[in-house]
Amino acid sequence: KDNTLVEYFRAQIRGDPDVASAVAAIRSLLEFLRRDQSETILGLRENMTQAIRRLEETDSSVAVSSGGELFLRFISLTSLEHPDLSQCKNVMIERGELFLKKISLSRGKVGKLCHTFIKDGAKILTHSSSRVVLKVLENAAADNKRFTVYVTESQPDSAGKRMAQKLRKLNIPVMVVLDAAVGYIMEKVDLVIVGAEGVVESGGVINKIGTYQMAVCSKAHNKPFYVVAESFKFVRLYPLNQQDVPDRFKYTADILKTVKDLNQEHPMIDYTPPSLITLLFTDLGVLTPSAVSDELIKLYL
Amino acid sequence: NEGKELTKEEKQRLRKEKKQHKKNKKDDKGPPEKEKEKEKASVPAPSKPATQSPAHKAPAPVHASESAAAAEKPAKSKAELRAERRARQDSERTSKQGKKEGGQQSASSKPKATPNELQPVVKRLPEHVQVDDPAALKKLAKKLERQQVPLRSDYGYKVSLFSHLHQYSRKSPPTLQISIPATVIHPSIVRLGLQYSQGIIAGSNARSVALLHTFKQVIQDYSTPPNEELSRDLVNKLSPYISFLSQCRPLSASMGNAIKYIKKEISNIPSQCKEEEAKGKLQACIDSYINEKIILASEAISKYAIEKISDGDVILVYGCSSLVNHILCKAFEKQRKFRVIVVDSRPRLEGREALRRLVKKGIRCTYVLISALSYILPEVSKVFLGAHALLANGYVMSRVGTSQIALVAKAYNVPVLVCCETYKFCERVQTDSFVSNELDDPDDLIVTRNGKSHLENWQTVKSLGLLNLVYDVTPPDFVDLVITDLGMIPCTSVPVVLRVKNVDQ
Repeated sequence: KDNTLVEYFRAQIRGDPDVASAVAAIRSLLEFLRRDQSETILGLRENMTQAIRRLEETDSSVAVSSGGELFLRFISLTSLEHPDLSQCKNVMIERGELFLKKISLSRGKVGKLCHTFIKDGAKILTHSSSRVVLKVLENAAADNKRFTVYVTESQPDSAGKRMAQKLRKLNIPVMVVLDAAVGYIMEKVDLVIVGAEGVVESGGVINKIGTYQMAVCSKAHNKPFYVVAESFKFVRLYPLNQQDVPDRFKYTADILKTVKDLNQEHPMIDYTPPSLITLLFTDLGVLTPSAVSDELIKLYL
Repeated sequence: NEGKELTKEEKQRLRKEKKQHKKNKKDDKGPPEKEKEKEKASVPAPSKPATQSPAHKAPAPVHASESAAAAEKPAKSKAELRAERRARQDSERTSKQGKKEGGQQSASSKPKATPNELQPVVKRLPEHVQVDDPAALKKLAKKLERQQVPLRSDYGYKVSLFSHLHQYSRKSPPTLQISIPATVIHPSIVRLGLQYSQGIIAGSNARSVALLHTFKQVIQDYSTPPNEELSRDLVNKLSPYISFLSQCRPLSASMGNAIKYIKKEISNIPSQCKEEEAKGKLQACIDSYINEKIILASEAISKYAIEKISDGDVILVYGCSSLVNHILCKAFEKQRKFRVIVVDSRPRLEGREALRRLVKKGIRCTYVLISALSYILPEVSKVFLGAHALLANGYVMSRVGTSQIALVAKAYNVPVLVCCETYKFCERVQTDSFVSNELDDPDDLIVTRNGKSHLENWQTVKSLGLLNLVYDVTPPDFVDLVITDLGMIPCTSVPVVLRVKNVDQ
């Protein structure tokens, strides 16, 4: 049963490479819910928690973990008073589909919100490859705005080059820069837009390694630093510094399983504190970092 | 019953006449808080003829029945008084509409609903201390005189920036001015007042718990006088006690919240409840408050805080906070490997008590004075601070020296964690440490070394002032995380928690 879940998840990602990993995870969880055979609600919840854990082991990104938890909360938030289990399950499945529909639309909402902040003739700096940032730039280009984009290479997986290719297809002038050239290029750019893997309780973000550097540079140059993220990426973590981010997010799932001494491995993500972030664009609206905690309390309590 | 109603109505009519008379004479309308207290205090004035301890907080239906009967007063002033009384009721009785109140008051929920909408929820703010304003002082003196509580006089020269605050000497507590046997003030309150003023009970949690235990004793010994209701009379009885305690030592934010809770619970007692039952209920309420808000809250906070303590940590603590000590002891029990640096400061030297408790547990500790802070800070990985109160704009009010520690820690990029239970959250807004603070006995600063005390005759030097501040205020930019029983929140989210709490109530 576990294998079918993981296979389904992988198939989702293969089928639609543009989908966010969290959305794929939630689709798989919904399918799991439909096929689940447990007799009690408690058993159902336990199976779901197990399933989420299995998915986290497959893809260790923060978004899968946060999306899964929010999904679970959302479907069990209703009063499940029906005496019949299948009726309860139907209610939960309905709510699950509603949740899925909502979050599939979230990327579009973010794109619509953010592209107005890009003025004509702007020079934008972004980091690594983010589908949400791509959507935002797509919307801005469709609005007939002229702008150039600088993308960092983002080693060790050269994700920045992939981003540059996608942007070229949209006929947006793009230039790939070295990760080390962020300080050099900062005086030329007007604003910095990055995506996020997770948004934490303090209002900070967890993103591909190199984001923190970029944020510190932009603060030193007084350039606005914008983060675009969907609301299912809000996670109940509160890191105090880089060391405080849990290991299960820092490294990919395969490395966590095989390598003994994690100190030899290089982490794939870093934490950017809220003091360096100007604004966050989410499908809940445009938020300041201090408002994130407010939204999280509303989502989780 | 009818006869009682009539006499009550008569009493209220007389009272209203007198109040109207007084209002016409009065020019100075102080802050609504003072007005409220004055109105409350003016009622038990000995000049009143027939009334003993009148129930001035008469619920609306009694007004309604009265309005039919009494027709001597001009309608406008009556409405004025009624609106005023309702405002007081709203602020002192934030009870759930209709559910808990007895039959007599269920009708009052409707007329009370409209004033709630009209006035934004009137929050009870702590008294604005205005010692250098003679009018305010006179009002305070009059109020205390009516409550038969001794007035404590200020001691010594005050630094001009803080001349609006009280400064008392430890050698002259107000308990010296109480006659024996105490008639107006309950003896356990006298004892508590002495313990506060001499510093025997110190620390926010300790003071609140002692206060609640003393109130339990008071409630136990209380007996309702004839023609009176427990729910109204007991609150009146508590007012002089609270004035007396604030004369001994200004009330803390946690004590203020505890008192608010008790008054709410007392006024929620249904009128047909028997005395023994009511007393038992109140005792249970107080016990559950202590248990939930203080004891269980500290367990929850320890659980969250232990997640933030990792092996090999060097933790800095300041002074003696019961909550932080509890967290460290719990973390040590859970086999976390860390060591502690205790920072201390004069004149209280509370860090020694914290040091004693931690060393007894077996935790490795270092002890420094606050002047060595920047020397020791490069070694530190985290700073844990306790709080006296968390203000509505995210500022942290704590023992003097805390903001200094937060500032230097920020400069060294060391994360600062504040641990605070939610019952210490207060609606006040303050951006500096001057507006509202406490001045301790200036003689504490006199130090005797080698048989010589240099500051012994500081009073004779006209231009010399000794300043012994108790609290200071830390801005939220210096605090990285606040750990409360509701979870870990950033400092800017305190108003969100307050909003959530008010919705719950």
